[in-house]
Amino acid sequence: MVTVSVATLTHRRRSSERDPDAATGGVYPGPVMSGESLYPRLEPLLAQVQKPIQYVGGELNAQVKAWDDVAVHWALMYPDAYEVGLPNQGLMILYEVLNERPDALAERTYAVWPDLAALMREAGVGQFTVDAHRAVRDFDVLGVSFATELGYTNLLEALDLAGVPLHATDRDESHPVVVAGGHAAFNPEPIADFVDCAVLGDGEQAVGDITDVVAAWKQQGRPGGREELLARLARVDGVYVPRFYAVSYGPDGAIAAVTRTRADVPARVGKRTVMDLDEWPYPKTPLVPLAESVHERMSVEIFRGCTRGCRFCQAGMITRPVRERTITGIGSMVDQGLRATGYEEVGLLSLSSADHSEIGQVAKELADRYEGTNTGLSLPSTRVDAFNVTLANELSRNGRRSGLTFAPEGGSERIRRVINKTVSKEDLVATVTTAYANGWQQVKLYFMCGLPTETDEDVLEIAELAVEVIRAGREASGRKDIRCTVSIGGFVPKPHTPFQWAAQASAETIDHRLRVLRQAINADRRIGRSIGLRYHDGKPGVIEGLLSRGDRRVGRVIERVWREGGRFDGWSEHFSFERWTAAAGAELAPFGVDLDWFTTRERTQDEVLPWDHLDSGLDKEWLWDDWQDALSEEEVADCRWTPCYDCGVCPTNGTEIQIGPTGRSLLPLTVVGR
Amino acid sequence: MARQPEGPPPPPTVQKLRLRYAKRGPLRFASHRDLARALERALRRAQVPMAYSAGFTPHPKISYVGAAPTGAASEAEYLEIGLAQRCDPEAVRVALDDSLPPGIDVLECVEAAEGGGSLADRIDATRWRIELPGIESAELESAVAALLAAGEVTVAKRTKNGLRDVDARAPIASASAGGAAGCAILHVVVRQVTPAVRPDDVVAALAAVADLRPPSPPRAVREAQGRLDDSGTVADPLGPDRAARARCQGEHAAV
Repeated sequence: MVTVSVATLTHRRRSSERDPDAATGGVYPGPVMSGESLYPRLEPLLAQVQKPIQYVGGELNAQVKAWDDVAVHWALMYPDAYEVGLPNQGLMILYEVLNERPDALAERTYAVWPDLAALMREAGVGQFTVDAHRAVRDFDVLGVSFATELGYTNLLEALDLAGVPLHATDRDESHPVVVAGGHAAFNPEPIADFVDCAVLGDGEQAVGDITDVVAAWKQQGRPGGREELLARLARVDGVYVPRFYAVSYGPDGAIAAVTRTRADVPARVGKRTVMDLDEWPYPKTPLVPLAESVHERMSVEIFRGCTRGCRFCQAGMITRPVRERTITGIGSMVDQGLRATGYEEVGLLSLSSADHSEIGQVAKELADRYEGTNTGLSLPSTRVDAFNVTLANELSRNGRRSGLTFAPEGGSERIRRVINKTVSKEDLVATVTTAYANGWQQVKLYFMCGLPTETDEDVLEIAELAVEVIRAGREASGRKDIRCTVSIGGFVPKPHTPFQWAAQASAETIDHRLRVLRQAINADRRIGRSIGLRYHDGKPGVIEGLLSRGDRRVGRVIERVWREGGRFDGWSEHFSFERWTAAAGAELAPFGVDLDWFTTRERTQDEVLPWDHLDSGLDKEWLWDDWQDALSEEEVADCRWTPCYDCGVCPTNGTEIQIGPTGRSLLPLTVVGR
Repeated sequence: MARQPEGPPPPPTVQKLRLRYAKRGPLRFASHRDLARALERALRRAQVPMAYSAGFTPHPKISYVGAAPTGAASEAEYLEIGLAQRCDPEAVRVALDDSLPPGIDVLECVEAAEGGGSLADRIDATRWRIELPGIESAELESAVAALLAAGEVTVAKRTKNGLRDVDARAPIASASAGGAAGCAILHVVVRQVTPAVRPDDVVAALAAVADLRPPSPPRAVREAQGRLDDSGTVADPLGPDRAARARCQGEHAAV
């Protein structure tokens, strides 16, 4: 019989003994030594909160290294709930890359739900990592990955819970360096006051360079304090340190100039690009949580970057050029990952997976390899293309064909030309019909609403399309129980895209168009009952728009919203539009600008955009020309199979397109579970 | 006509194994669903030749018995798995234990005896050990005496359908107090009834009868599960399978 060892009961401070400063957030003095576990003080709190498992770590493939064995300690944060943050590929990659270094360790931390945050404040327990429950305050670097701008208030909450001053200028050399990464870091200006640096582009190599700089500075006895450390970091390729750039504004409210305040930092900061993905086969041992997460599968990134040129798509613009993982590289990552995780499903991840030069062979050979092992393979949402149905059939060879997703994005052929995602209505209907005929019961179609030049008619065509798809699908499959789900979201113009100058549609416009669309879909109930409509109202998109294209003045709005209780803005039950609009009104008025100025206003060609000094490699003139082409409904081809159209990325960054076919094939293996 | 999976049906179950496992340390905060996911993935990693159900989404044959609540640690959780190939129970135990995160530990694995009845039928009570930090054992002793003396103790229990009053006294077969200075320990045997009376409900009952209110959350460990016999002991639910195995080996030895 095994007995349970009873953890030593630690003395917890009662509220009467609590440091008065703790109540205001911020300072948590205490007996905690650097790197010491907060778990004994956290444990009694966990018994009182929802889903405590998300805070205890212990995931399969999690790593805990000894604090004193390494020079540089990284806390990596995904600023959303654990269930959303844990599967994030970027964070998992950096976690492994850093932990492989003998001189560094990395642990993870996620946004804490309000129930636990309140108990932590009361008990004086700071923001902690889930791996060894160390205080975030003790780490050298806090890296925060922003997939979306709606995580900004969660950054402030985590800093406050950690006892790290919100404003970068209030921090001293004992505080972690707060580094923002992820796609939103391509315009970090709204959070410029709160972060010490932002990393542009791929993080795999950048985190190593940052580690080297921090290690050397610590080893030399921290010369020049925090200012010197940040100056050294500002000279690392791809690292932007906002404090070394001054922003001035003109009488019209727009930016007059952004100027560097030190000569030894770059005038424009470029992005990092990892070449040869096969050399970076991360994550090798993906984390497997005990708690349920939003992706109950393993993912293998089959290529990075996209040159389809969809004009709304920030990811496709800022991650150029296309870099493919080879078929053999993919095969070994799938094999190794399945062995390490026990997952039953593998997603082949990228921005447009069917565009991999050897995807047909990849799909067939993986399906062959895992046949009879109860292992599922999937592609995320795909372009509307008959080939994708063939691929999906191959991947689901003997499994259930439940749902297939396509992303036409625009309702009419005209608007699809504007966004450069051209597909004819006939092809779209034919593709979806083929899917139904091949036994797929449900097709999901992704659309956007509020695109530049859009009218009600463009959106109403979505209803026509859905009706046509169901009619043709019933005929082709001979079944009445097929379904089509239309999923539609409001378009938010993003930095570093041709639509960065566009006027965002107002919430009223979005809501109106969604209303007429819903009416049109329900006009004929015999068809309408087979069509589902999923949508979000237009309000959160307006705030996302403010944060996406905002400048440093928006930082005050974020701070005010956080002070008034704003958290988890990506969650409808926590998001308050009124809190955001009131804060924007109050904080922006002194500057003579407002929410509309940042969102529904179209920018002119000569306006200095807040992110102009951050270089994604895309030539601003090319972006402008592409914006003009959009307005005249002209398409641009994909440079993978047509000549280069000079977007600027490859020559600026010294990079090139890396695609196959390699002509190789997957070697037979002894497969898990066979 | 709906598609049907092609090919032969999955191979049948040829062996049933019964396992006892523990959830310990921080993993006491795992829910039953969390544990089930972790166990299924670990079975795949350990390459245990599971039998699967038929259909497009085949499920491995696993049945769970009487899961401990989220937040309670346990030394006595049980499950039964169906295998498509015969395996050595101890080899399965070791392989599975190696594939699970530390804190979910597989302690025993025995082959289910033919015709020996279901595992669920051998479990109707739990022996709990509940630590009450901040409570002295003398305090607990008098509270336990008051609880045992009471005919019925109604506590409000949170269920799917909101708060519901349940009698926490009736299912308690025995209770005693112990522990060290500053941390009393309650030993209690509770019958498994519906709705379940859990450690939190027992602690609530102590508050109701004796105003015993621990300053911080109690920590419960399920020490044993099984059938409550006439002497008040919780019997080992794997005992009959182990006995059948021993008999079987004895016959082999005799031949």
